[in-house]
Amino acid sequence: MAENLVNTLADLKEKETLKIVEDRLNAGEDPMAILNDARKALETVGNRFADGTYFIPDLVYSGEILKAITDMVKPKMGKEVEVKRLGKVVIGTVAGDIHDIGKDIVVFMLDVNGFEVTDLGVDVPAEKFVEVIKESGVPIVGLSGFLTLAYDSMKDTVEAINKAGLRDKVNIMIGGGQITEEVMKFTGADAYGKDAMTGVALAKKWVGA
Amino acid sequence: MEKKWGELTPDEKKQDLINKWVSPEGVEYNSPEAEKLYKERVTRLLDAVELKKEPDRVPIVPMLGFYPAHYCGYTPYDVMYDYDKLLETFEKCYMEMQVDAHGGAVVSPPGRMFDILDYKLYSWPGHGVAKEHSYQCNEGEYMMADEYDALIQDPTLFFLTTYYPRIFGKLGALGAFPPITNNQEMYGGFSAVNFLPFGVPDVQEAFKLLFEAGAEALKWIEPVGIFAAKMTAAGLPTFFGGGCKVPYDIIGDTMRGSRGIMVDMYRQPDKLLEAIETMTPIAVKMGASNARANNCPVVFIPLHKGADGFLSDEQFKKFYWPNFKKLLLGLIDEGCIPFPWAEGGYNSRLEVIRDIPKGKVIWGFDLTDMAKAKEILGDVCCITGNMPIDVLTLGTKQQVEDRTKKLIDTCGKGGGYIMMNGAVIENVSPTNIQAWIDTTKEYGVYK
Repeated sequence: MAENLVNTLADLKEKETLKIVEDRLNAGEDPMAILNDARKALETVGNRFADGTYFIPDLVYSGEILKAITDMVKPKMGKEVEVKRLGKVVIGTVAGDIHDIGKDIVVFMLDVNGFEVTDLGVDVPAEKFVEVIKESGVPIVGLSGFLTLAYDSMKDTVEAINKAGLRDKVNIMIGGGQITEEVMKFTGADAYGKDAMTGVALAKKWVGA
Repeated sequence: MEKKWGELTPDEKKQDLINKWVSPEGVEYNSPEAEKLYKERVTRLLDAVELKKEPDRVPIVPMLGFYPAHYCGYTPYDVMYDYDKLLETFEKCYMEMQVDAHGGAVVSPPGRMFDILDYKLYSWPGHGVAKEHSYQCNEGEYMMADEYDALIQDPTLFFLTTYYPRIFGKLGALGAFPPITNNQEMYGGFSAVNFLPFGVPDVQEAFKLLFEAGAEALKWIEPVGIFAAKMTAAGLPTFFGGGCKVPYDIIGDTMRGSRGIMVDMYRQPDKLLEAIETMTPIAVKMGASNARANNCPVVFIPLHKGADGFLSDEQFKKFYWPNFKKLLLGLIDEGCIPFPWAEGGYNSRLEVIRDIPKGKVIWGFDLTDMAKAKEILGDVCCITGNMPIDVLTLGTKQQVEDRTKKLIDTCGKGGGYIMMNGAVIENVSPTNIQAWIDTTKEYGVYK
């Protein structure tokens, strides 16, 4: 049965998946076991996205199904158990830019690959990144941007991190529709990703995973 | 006797629109040279588009955002709120660039109009976005998952009574409107009851704001029109007759939103397809009527949610392409030259979009592999775009020149290419822009 849920969710069969969840809850199963299966399934979704079998709508839909599962499971859950993670990443769309689709895909892929991601949302001021790095000691920073105005905002953010004396404590990656190696050099970031998979690979490299 | 528009064949319609574009009526050119320049430029563009012969050189048409404002030391906010500045900056910028066509001044809409109506769909300079930056869409669900039937049954009523109240904060009262089509007889139930909303104070207040918004739009359109007339008189044609969007994008961009439409493909594919069908003739009409009003056959179609990765191949072929193709053919039937513009990458779509009549469409690309695009599409349509925005923004003058030459080498062979940027040009160094233009004019000559 456990394998069933993993497969139906990975195959994006919403109705079957939710039925299995309902049955397992009714049978008195531990909600954490259900969520663990769901996590395994999303890992498969992430792998299929990485190998080109799945596309953005598949990721979005799997996220929607997961939301529905969580809604069913949550009321029956006790205290949430800490999951062991590879490392922490803070990510956000830089100041002046309010686009989030690209960033959300990277967050999804980092999450299913075992990272604890703090998503600061869109139009994030440089000071906010600095504040979060200071408070949490997060070693990886992801700066996202869709518009060309993000070139300057990314540069400003890297500079702010530098000024706060935190530059050597973090690795910074940037990404977005118009981001290239030239832009990376301009901003002073450590690396850029042309897609979400590169972002995950960079993060893994940086934590030594 | 002259035939009515509806009686003309598609080719006759196109010829009529082209004639009006090549030889606009009632124009007093600044000089005989300006007139000559104007005709040379339109001819150069048409030669590239129709694939019948090589133009004298690769035409260049930059796709500008608020570049003219930055060029003159103003912000996007300045020109969105001061229409004299809008005219001044666009005129100066285009007169000094000396390219083959302009994209109009409509890219900068009237800020105050959106203030009046409390527009929710976008944030704009001084209103959620810094004054130095362009406007940006606020992603959201402006149409709910269970509202497809309402849209399909009566799109106009749905827009008026449901969509408008959501995208314009001050137009909530329009939600009370009965169907416009109810007015059919004198009998009170067929007539007077439909007028009741007009008597309600809230609705009257909404109409007052609409009047104000309309007055603001009129103030704005005057300099926009003067700009176009001045450009024609100076020998610079327009390249944008009209615009419209692919039905999937209409619903996905600003109605259901990115996430909404993606989930609908799984949860209610038939409803989505029906709505796409509903919006198709509306999109054709929008593009074609604008092109006729502006006497230029080119209809710009910005493409968003069909880019590489945003749909699987099957989803693209099922949800995006069929009605996109209907839109292209519908516009061609109306004598237009559709100009779809693929934002992002379109590498995985090239074989599919090849299925169009020869020499009737201009395909614009942002990040697509242009060698592949030329190879696959080169014999069916003119391609354009791809001058990388990161090179224009951050590159040296030398890098800009090199990249321009490389692009001409890749795409220019045998004609069928118009030089254009990839992503829109905002705050970019004029030195680089001019280097790009000059290099195209020198290196792009066909011998």
